[in-house]
Amino acid sequence: MIRSRDVSKIFNAGRPNEFRALDGVSVDIDLKDVTILKGPSGSGKTTLLGILGCMARPTSGRIFLGDTEITSLPERFLTGIRLKTFGFIFQQFNLIKGITALENVMIPAFPTGEKHAPLKRRALETLDMFNMLHKAEAKIEWLSGGEAQRVAIARALINRPKIIIADEPTAHLDTRLSHEFMEIMRTLKAEGKAIILASHDPIVYDSDLGDRIIEMRDGLLVEGSSTV
Amino acid sequence: MILHPNILALLVSSLLISLMLLYSSYYGIRILRSWDILSGSELQLKLERRTYLISTIVSYFLVFQLASLFLFISTADSICELFIGAMCAVGTLTVNHFGYPTLLLKIWTFLLAGFWLVLNHLDNQGYNYPLIRGKYLLLLGMAPFILSETVSQAIYFGGLKPDIITSCCGSLFSSASRGIAAEVANAPALPMLAAFYLSAAVTTVWGIYFSRSGRGGLLFAGLSALHFLISLVAVVSVISLYIYQMPSHHCPFCILQKEYYFVGYPVYLSILAAATTGFGAGWTARYQAVDSLREDLPRIRVALIRASLLSIAVLVALTSGYVACTSFTLR
Amino acid sequence: MAGSIERQRHILDFTLAALLRRKAKNGALLTVYTLIIFILSSVLFFGHALRQQAQGMLRETPEIIVQRTLSGRYHTIPLSYADAIKEIRGVSSVEPRLWGYHYDGNSMANYTIVVPVEDAPPEGSIDIGSGISKVRLANERDVMGFNGFDGTPHGFTIRKVISSESQLVSADLILMSERDYRAFSGIPANHAIDLVLKVRNPKEYTTIAEKITRLLPDTRPIIRNEIQRTYNAVFSWRSGVVLVIFSAAALAFAIFAWDKASGLSAEERREIGILKAVGWETSDVLFMKFWEGVAVSLTAYLAGVSLAYLHVFFTSSCLFTPLLKGWSTLYPEFKLMPSISFGQLTATFLLTVVPYVITTILPSWRAATIDPDAVMR
Repeated sequence: MIRSRDVSKIFNAGRPNEFRALDGVSVDIDLKDVTILKGPSGSGKTTLLGILGCMARPTSGRIFLGDTEITSLPERFLTGIRLKTFGFIFQQFNLIKGITALENVMIPAFPTGEKHAPLKRRALETLDMFNMLHKAEAKIEWLSGGEAQRVAIARALINRPKIIIADEPTAHLDTRLSHEFMEIMRTLKAEGKAIILASHDPIVYDSDLGDRIIEMRDGLLVEGSSTV
Repeated sequence: MILHPNILALLVSSLLISLMLLYSSYYGIRILRSWDILSGSELQLKLERRTYLISTIVSYFLVFQLASLFLFISTADSICELFIGAMCAVGTLTVNHFGYPTLLLKIWTFLLAGFWLVLNHLDNQGYNYPLIRGKYLLLLGMAPFILSETVSQAIYFGGLKPDIITSCCGSLFSSASRGIAAEVANAPALPMLAAFYLSAAVTTVWGIYFSRSGRGGLLFAGLSALHFLISLVAVVSVISLYIYQMPSHHCPFCILQKEYYFVGYPVYLSILAAATTGFGAGWTARYQAVDSLREDLPRIRVALIRASLLSIAVLVALTSGYVACTSFTLR
Repeated sequence: MAGSIERQRHILDFTLAALLRRKAKNGALLTVYTLIIFILSSVLFFGHALRQQAQGMLRETPEIIVQRTLSGRYHTIPLSYADAIKEIRGVSSVEPRLWGYHYDGNSMANYTIVVPVEDAPPEGSIDIGSGISKVRLANERDVMGFNGFDGTPHGFTIRKVISSESQLVSADLILMSERDYRAFSGIPANHAIDLVLKVRNPKEYTTIAEKITRLLPDTRPIIRNEIQRTYNAVFSWRSGVVLVIFSAAALAFAIFAWDKASGLSAEERREIGILKAVGWETSDVLFMKFWEGVAVSLTAYLAGVSLAYLHVFFTSSCLFTPLLKGWSTLYPEFKLMPSISFGQLTATFLLTVVPYVITTILPSWRAATIDPDAVMR
């Protein structure tokens, strides 16, 4: 269970371009579910994802991961928790150019000090799960959109996280790849992983995958977010 | 002033390092004033990020200061021929009143930096930065020492003019002259050797006890500090005799030279390492009640104690090697 | 603990790969860095080796030289002074020396003429240094002419050319017999240029020098130690002056390094953003920057120092010789014996690597503290 209590996030506080991305958001995310954050761009979905996923700290309010309050943890500890608990899939994939798919997949595990050989094996197994084994040594620039997507997902899984977080995953994908993506999410859900998706794409929030849909607008939750 | 390249290097690097530390101290003050771990404000985040910068600076400082310490001695040694009566670094350092103070300040600031880094490592394990105040107070306390070392070194080198008559090892460290240097050399040799071994044994035994039981930390810190002083006195008054195989050569700096296989380096490095890690280990006993450190404290304590005892063992081994395996004897 | 070594290994691997990926930017920095170290090391090696060589030669100089002065200037010394000095307790021998300078208008060079104690050339012959041989195009068995003190021309046959091993002191040397030299130079028969002393106990140098001055007030004893010290100080001072000038270049380099380190390209910024987003912590990125600095500094240091070594000891400092030749027309080749010391290597390190590290600390930290969610916005 991830709980947020009255979480607000203000960027550039006190300056002329002050921007309130979140305004007193309180939400409980059940980790047995697939939760979908729905709303137009600028609604605060990405910011909320970042805070729930231990990437950023709220300006005010509190966050609980299970029973532990993580709001005022120093960045170092927050990162440690994030590494072990969450796997992120970004809108733009955000893969590092100039190195191979395999290396990209292994990078999140470097700070853990895991030995190279077992790490490499696990990375190859993960790539294999998505039929990308033959492209393991290919440089990122040479991969197609769908292949890059699968590498990005494999990277999110390398540290065996319990929770997958995806921010607008289908924004740069065509219909076929979008459906492919939802299929992969279905597989992951079947493996027992919790998933939190933020999207304004109907393919995502209208699919039967979502157990709970939370609607957002202008940094606030829309009343009456329903459970599917 | 003597425009020797090494002297310029020492002056420039000391100046740069001092500036770095002044910069850190400025942020140290800000941290002490505005630190609030429970607020999620932007300022707090900025301060937390700044602590990384400061610990990076102090880590580099430690390494540079060590290099600077040995370079200082080595430079003093190599310019000794410019002064009548100076046979090695000892003579050069007594040319004016700032030579030995600079040396002592270099050693002292090195020890302080080492201690700070131990505290810093410990602090980083706690999720609420439990030692932050003490740490930055210490940093502010270190700043004046570092500044005075830079100034003292500058005055020392600035006041060096060749051909000044000075005293050389022989007369400075001989029985006839007065002053601390002579008293140290005159510590009776064999009893001092015994004291050295005794101190090493007591510190080691207590260290093992402290490591197992977690008790008696402050005593271990005290013993480490005492052993540091005893080791230094022992090196000058008796261990050096065995290294030089001469009953009256007490110079602490000649053992750093090629003729003696640079054995001075492991000797002094092990003494410095033992002091920093030992004192640091003992000091951790003060934080046993801190919640956020409960998990990691024992592990760090044990690692520090191990490092300290290993360093003590190195010096004991070297000493015993020289005592047992050379034909020189004091009896 | 094992985990942290593995962690460093991973970060190091990643860093090296990243450096190779950005060859252009890092290449420029590396080149300038290496150049700076090369120049500094060359100066230090050159100065040190020159000093060593000079010291070696100075060891052969007489322990005490006694000169005579008249109204503050050099004057010839009567041989009777030698007898007086021999009586001083502690002096084991006193020998007179004959030597002097000669300006040769044809080649606009100053020669040093010395009457050697051993193996003096027979009358009518001279030995000449390699520098003179080159300038006057004179070899063995040729005849060279000079004008004596009174304008009379003298001709000498060259017996041999002094070997170039000791070029630093012998390039402009002429060895001549005593009778020839007295005739050539006009030095009176019962005078010498100076006296050289051998002393039994080195600790007595100052005492004996004092006694000589008291006994013969118009003399000036010079002790070898003083010469050594003075040369030492001058050498160091000269290197020091060059270093102060060098500091301007070092400063420029520091600014350059700062600029390179702060100017993270958009690509680099994105990369670090990704690393932080996928779980790298600030200290991981700091270590990455650290290893970057180590890799660059180590490469530059090793390359710069090795090149300097080759430059000074194998090409005889070919880049410095135009600066050092000055107005002298007779100059030795600067073939120095290879010799370096720990002190120089450390001084090079402290004057180049340390400023580099210090200027890159702040930019590295700025890069490492990029927000983890920066890539999401």
